[in-house]
Amino acid sequence: MPNALIRSALAAGLLAAAPMAAADTIYVSNEKDNTITVVDGTSLTPIKTIPVGQRPRGVVLSKDGKSLYICTSDSDHIEVLDLASDKVVRTLPSGPDPEYFALDPAGKLLYIANEDSNLVTIVDVQRGAVVTEIPVGVEPEGMGISPDGKYLVNTSETTNMAHVIDTAARKVVANVLVDSRPRRAVWTADGAQFWVSAEIGGTVSVVDAEKRQIVKRITFAVPGVPNEAIQPVGIVITRDRKLAFVALGPANRVAVIDAQSYEVLKYLLVGQRVWSLAFNPDQSRVYTTNGVSNDISVIEVGSLKVVKSVPVGQAPWGVVSRP
Amino acid sequence: MLFCLGTLVALLAANAHAGEETVQIGWLSRAVHRSLPLSYLDQPPPDEGVQGARLGIADNNTTGRFTGQSFELAEAVVPEDGDIAGGFRELAAKGIRLVVTDLAASELLTVAGLPEAASATFFDAATVDDRLRGEDCRNNILHLLPSRAMLADALVQYLVAKRWRDLLLAVGHGEGDEEFAADIRHAAQKFQARIVQEKSWTFIPGARRTDTGHFAIQAEVARFTQGITYDVLVVADEGDEFGDELSYHTFDPRPVAGTQGLVPSAWARPHEQWGATQLQNRFLRQANRWMTDRDYGAWMAVRAIGEGSVRSNSADPDKIAGFIHSDRFELAAFKGARLSFRAWDGQLRQPVLLADARALVSVSPQPGFLHQFSELDTLGIDKPETKCRMR
Repeated sequence: MPNALIRSALAAGLLAAAPMAAADTIYVSNEKDNTITVVDGTSLTPIKTIPVGQRPRGVVLSKDGKSLYICTSDSDHIEVLDLASDKVVRTLPSGPDPEYFALDPAGKLLYIANEDSNLVTIVDVQRGAVVTEIPVGVEPEGMGISPDGKYLVNTSETTNMAHVIDTAARKVVANVLVDSRPRRAVWTADGAQFWVSAEIGGTVSVVDAEKRQIVKRITFAVPGVPNEAIQPVGIVITRDRKLAFVALGPANRVAVIDAQSYEVLKYLLVGQRVWSLAFNPDQSRVYTTNGVSNDISVIEVGSLKVVKSVPVGQAPWGVVSRP
Repeated sequence: MLFCLGTLVALLAANAHAGEETVQIGWLSRAVHRSLPLSYLDQPPPDEGVQGARLGIADNNTTGRFTGQSFELAEAVVPEDGDIAGGFRELAAKGIRLVVTDLAASELLTVAGLPEAASATFFDAATVDDRLRGEDCRNNILHLLPSRAMLADALVQYLVAKRWRDLLLAVGHGEGDEEFAADIRHAAQKFQARIVQEKSWTFIPGARRTDTGHFAIQAEVARFTQGITYDVLVVADEGDEFGDELSYHTFDPRPVAGTQGLVPSAWARPHEQWGATQLQNRFLRQANRWMTDRDYGAWMAVRAIGEGSVRSNSADPDKIAGFIHSDRFELAAFKGARLSFRAWDGQLRQPVLLADARALVSVSPQPGFLHQFSELDTLGIDKPETKCRMR
């Protein structure tokens, strides 16, 4: 099998080229079968399936790494999965239909996008209570919090804006018009930029965080793939801002971008309808959720190659990696 | 009063932006008494279309809060025997030049041809007529819903992708049936399907709602389809007169598609892909009923104006219309593609859903039907074959 050949060749290359990635555990939310799949990062095999609430989508780790917060959208709350016992031990209020969220750098507040009600809900994790709600555009979706925690960027899918929210004042302070159906807003580690993917627009806008202006609109073209199928969603950017990875949805590719020159370096073929992306702890790998092929792909950052796909549950949506 | 005119005031207070601008959008429709379709289940809603426009206004205003723009809908609903030109003039007198219409083809042409309409842009949210995108096209009309030709192409592409190439075509005598049948013939030729036989449906089941009416139908449909070798029974019955009674009654076990059975449409109740659930939910909450094609067409029309206004940063109808006509315009409308207007006939290019009453079956264009510019242009009348000469 060519597949096996490629895999063994890549595995060999990986051993030679990079030190073995530190062991991690990968958690994948499966939107359709209401579970979290646990994948062992060393063997890259699924080791456990945990039943959770309905339609789990966004996932984020607590700062101590002991809990996983899960947007269980159709259950209309956030579930807290204890990663020692692998059991849901608490639920947090979220407002209706939570899809995606961000945890503040202190690990105390969750900022939740309520897709169905044009609100961002702020929840105090410890008290398990809603602090406040902020009205935003139609169908809030992406949530990105600045590294210093001062600003939250929320995207609204039908309003086509990235709203910059001052987290102290809890008010929208700026709006940046981006391309159609913006999905994710991801900050660079230095806090100088945030990147916004536009699923229908087919672009990624790089926004200067201080000026709140678009400095670059990155476009994509994959030979043999219809233009309409290029639908950017998930973004991850390396800490040193050298590389960015963008999931292109039904184009079944992840674009690799030079995050300094904004040039697209490469398109990596992954599973079908690639959606969310996550680094492993040392950023030597990117994991992708592939919603239609029901697997995750593993990308080696050093070689920029896809080294493995791991079957998970139905319609995998979110992914995180824990040391 | 000849017509009732209601204005839906902006639902949401706008931000304290300096120089706030209001975009006035007209709604022009005629209150038509509609007969009950064959199925008792889908009674025609009296507010079809306009509910979609109102939801579009609410969506636009949510955006407008951040851009300092607000949107208002001025609704002109002309009574059944009223004067449609008067309805338009009432809107024009208010300075409104962006008008969403829910009108039949002939009335739309009447209104669009008025001298006062020369500088207006009409957003046709109701018709599927090919002639309005062809020989009777007008440069001041944009069409939101897929044309009949697009619907037929979407269906036949799917049937060909399934390798169900042999079609039996049953054509009714209602309005639009012959046009739909013609588009099916054209699609069959284009995508290499075969119409093995075409039959006219003439049976009038006078007593179909009586207790045993279904026995007569059962026998009639079996006779109608007996002795023919085909894969799919394609029906052209836009008025819902008989199409719903074909399924399960054919002589051989064959699926039904077309205006009933597996139906190509702009919107469908079972559609929940690409975030469509959100739009379905918003509409249900507002209107307390499901969104129809015409509601969706009107929603897209108002959203297109909203996009034109936000992107051109203007409330000027000319600037908005200019942006909508430009190649920078794109509309996200919950079908997984960016939608834009075809320059050659004013038709919104868009995917077409294929659904039955309970399930979304597929979405066309089907993979593998290629086009040099946009795969969406494999549906409907493409530039080289258009009969539209804009005037």
